[in-house]
This record gives sequence, structure tokens and C-alpha cells, in this order.
Amino acid sequence: MKSKKKRFKISTVISLILLIIVTIIYMLPFFWMVSTSFKADYELYEYPTPLWPDKLMFENYKHAVTYFPFFKYFRNSIIITAGSVIGVLFSCPLAAYSFAQLKWKGRDIIFYSLIATMMLPNFVTLIPLFVIFSKLNLVNTFWPLIIPSFLGQPFFIFLLRQFFLSLPTSLFDAARIDGASEFQIYTKIALPLTKPALLVVGLFQFLASWNDYLGPLIYLTNENKYPLSLGLPQFLNQYGTHWNWMMAAATITVIPVLIFFILTQKQLIEGIKFSGSKG
Amino acid sequence: MTHRKKRAWIGVLFALPAILGLVILKIYPIIVSGFYSLTEYHITVSPEWVGIENYKNLFSDPLFIKSFSNTMYYLVLLVPLGLVVGICLALLLVKDIKGISFFRSMVYLPSIVPVYAFATVALWFFNPYFGLVNGLLARVGINGPLWVADESWVKFTLVLAAQWGAGPTALLFMASMKDIPRELYEAATLEGANAWQKFWRITFPFISPVTLYYLITSSIQALQFFDMPNIMTGGGPNNASLSLGMYIYRHAFRYTNMGYASAMSWIIFIIALILSFVLFRTSMKWVFYGE
Repeated sequence: MKSKKKRFKISTVISLILLIIVTIIYMLPFFWMVSTSFKADYELYEYPTPLWPDKLMFENYKHAVTYFPFFKYFRNSIIITAGSVIGVLFSCPLAAYSFAQLKWKGRDIIFYSLIATMMLPNFVTLIPLFVIFSKLNLVNTFWPLIIPSFLGQPFFIFLLRQFFLSLPTSLFDAARIDGASEFQIYTKIALPLTKPALLVVGLFQFLASWNDYLGPLIYLTNENKYPLSLGLPQFLNQYGTHWNWMMAAATITVIPVLIFFILTQKQLIEGIKFSGSKG
Repeated sequence: MTHRKKRAWIGVLFALPAILGLVILKIYPIIVSGFYSLTEYHITVSPEWVGIENYKNLFSDPLFIKSFSNTMYYLVLLVPLGLVVGICLALLLVKDIKGISFFRSMVYLPSIVPVYAFATVALWFFNPYFGLVNGLLARVGINGPLWVADESWVKFTLVLAAQWGAGPTALLFMASMKDIPRELYEAATLEGANAWQKFWRITFPFISPVTLYYLITSSIQALQFFDMPNIMTGGGPNNASLSLGMYIYRHAFRYTNMGYASAMSWIIFIIALILSFVLFRTSMKWVFYGE
């Protein structure tokens, strides 16, 4: 008994050491980002590379914000992201509720077709969609990045449908007997009960839009419309030798994500587990 | 009867945005891109039918062959490496240790850092002369490789950098490992099974459905590898990191060769279909769904 307990402790210590090593490896690029963002120019190209600057050069951040219109890009990112989050929160629960709780002809065929499109590579639909949006004169606007989210997102519909399926049908039938309309049942009963799942969907879409690079790259060519995803790489191309400014700009870009993460990590991690257990 | 009929109409109405999305965003574009792939199309003038000319030209286009073989390299490296990293991390993160949620957060965090920010950081991190990786290697007397500046290392470097995004995969595996009854491991220990046997006999069957899900989704992602190479290398040096996605982008949006680019996107589509089919077919042999 005693030896078993001791062995258990040794394995815990080994796990802990491995976890610390893994964490250091995963944090190392960000340590390097922050360290570089405070370095003086001459420290960038010293050999061997100094791990931390002698003096913290806060000026780098001033330069970064001067040459890198962070707030303009940030605002554009916010508009695109907010639009998309509203879009999926409108279209996905509606469809999911219909697939889970309402009966109509062809329902299952449509649902399974939607699921099948999750395995469709994006590049297949990319060109025809671009042609559609350019014929509608919507290139260089935010619409091509927002409109699709109002037309449902298969993965989210799948997740929310699982959630609606877990609600008892008797709940809705009772409301129907009381004379509630389908729309009332949806907004007054179904939606409030799905709040946790809606939150997860909103967060996932937030990250997807905020991190999207290919979409803006294709649709936005006017620099005033650039979100952060295009602004930061462009800064890299223009001031690529000023790695300290560059890393200051990257740090500024990562900070909102960090704040977002601290506020929502519990829901995010739970959401992933949920999507896994149902997937 | 009429009430039920009315409800059916409401069902369609509720699903209408998604139905429209299915038709406008998926079905129509699939058909149209198949059509474009058989035409010469430069967006300003209407498509001109050329039959299978685009597909024939692909196989005599050295850059297509290069980007195709690069993409296959990404596929066979990204998918298995991501699987091993994801499962190893999950095995660590599933442990019931004090403060484990801190470690879970730290492993998950890099995956939500936007890829465009991470790519620029990774570029500097792996800088051959002034980056941290070679700086640390130099301190222990190792002469590090040139990473993205070296034709023979660039693809591996990108695949390696992509592992910082392993968090969600690790958490998925971790969640399915949590469902495994402890008694199974205890019984196996009593019978003298070692860790390797326990993994293959107990852990793997439980995580096999998630493994199938991972293999399909990550293969499709690997076939479309774009963001990291486009930001970090632009396809270089000497097109050694040019992916199919990047080459499609170039033809479609720089040279407005919509037809030729569509033919390439169908190559990705067909490979994705074959891969999914093979994975589903073989899955009957190695995926275990709860008894």
C-alpha cells in the first residue's frame, strides 16, 4: 500500500515536470515577442541574442502605434466580427430549433446535407462566391465577410441542434396547448434555455472572424478597410527590419485576445469539451 | 391537421436562412466551380468552354507539381504530428493534479492568438541569426538550422510552428479520456500491464471516435494550408513552401485565372473526398463506439 502511494507521487512529480516544460515551450514565442518589443535597435542584431533588453524601450510602442494604425484596423475587425456574431446567433439557433423540434418534409435530408458540407474544403466555394460578391459590387465592403454568417453555419447548427434535442418535447407541447405561437415558444422558452450553448457559439464565431485571414485578403484591397489580420502582415512587409516595432505591434494585437481569453476561458474550454463529446 | 401543416411551414421558415445558405454558399458554388474548371474565365468576360484543358495543363505546370507535392508533404507531416502532439498533451492535461487548469489554459492560449500575429512572432522566433530558437541552441553549442530561410527546412519549420495551435485538439482528446472508467486501468495494473499496453488496450479505443474526427478535419485543413506559409514565407525560398492553396490564390486573385484556379480547387476537393471515404471505410476496423 505504502509503495503504491509513493509510486503515485513519483508519477505526479514527473507529470508536473513535463507540464512545466510544455508550458515553457508554449509560452516561449510570446516571451520572445514581449522581450523584443522592449529592445533597443542595436540589441536586435547582437550575437549571441540577448534574452532580455538592458533597458525597457517603451518608445517602440509609440513608434508601432504611429506607423501601424492599430485603432483603425481594430475598429474594422470589430465591425466584421460583431456583424458575424450577430449573424450566427440569428440564423443558427433558428435552424437548429427547426431541425430538432419541428417536423417538416425534407427536414432530415437538408440537415444531413448541411452536415456533409462541413467536410467541404473552403477553396472549392471560394472562387464562385467571390464572383457572386463582385457581381453584387460588394468587393471592398465588409458584407462578403458578414452575410454568410446570416445564412447559417453547419457546425454551430449541429451543436445547437444537439442542445435542442436534449430538451423535452413535452415542454413545447404544453406551451402549444396553452396557445403560444411557434415563434413565442422559440423566443420565450427555447432560446432562454440555450443561453450557455449560444454563448459558446458566439465565442467560437468571434474567434473565427477575428482570426480570419483569407477572407479579408480576398475581399478587402482598400487599406482603410483593413482589419488587423491584413494590417499586421502589411506592417511586417514595410518595416520588416524593425523587429522591435513589429513585436510591439504584435503585442498590442495579442493583448485584446488575452483579455478576451481571461474573461471567457471557462466557457471556451467547456465549449470544446462539449463539441467533442457530441462530435 | 391544418395546425400540423401550419407548423410544418413554420419549420421551413425557421430553417430558411440555413436552407438558403446551403444552396447559395455550398451547392451552387460547388457546381459552378466544377463548371469554371472546364472553362477559361477571367471574371470580366464570360467563361469560355475549354473542356479538360485546364486539368491537362496542370500536369505540365512545374509550379503546380511543386505546390502539389509540397501540399502532400504538409498533409503527411501535419496530420500525424498534430495527432501525436495532441494525444501526448491530452495524456498530461487529463491528470488530476493541483493547478492543472492553469496548464490547460497555457496550452490552449496560443491557439487563440490570431494566426497572423503568431506567424509574425514565429518568423522572428525562428530567425536563423537573431531568433530565440537558434540563440538558445547556440548557448548549448548547437549550430541551429536556417529554418524558413533553408529550402530543405522551411516546410518542416512551418509544420513545427503550427504545433503551437494544438490546444483545441489536445482538449478534445482530454475530454474523451475523462470518460474512461478508472477501474479499467486499475484492473490492468493488477494484471501487470505496462503503460504502453494500457494505452493501446484501454485509452485508444475510448479516444478512437475523436481520432477519426481529428483525422478527417485536420486532413482537410492540411490540404488547404495557407495562412502560415503566406505570411511567413510567401511560398519561398524558391517555392519550397508554396502550398496548393497559395497557388490557387495566386491564379484566382492575382492573375484572375478563375478557370485554372477552379481546376486546382477541384483537385483539393477530390483528394479530400477520397481521404474522407478511405478514413470512414477503414474506421470500422479501428474505431470503437461505446458498447
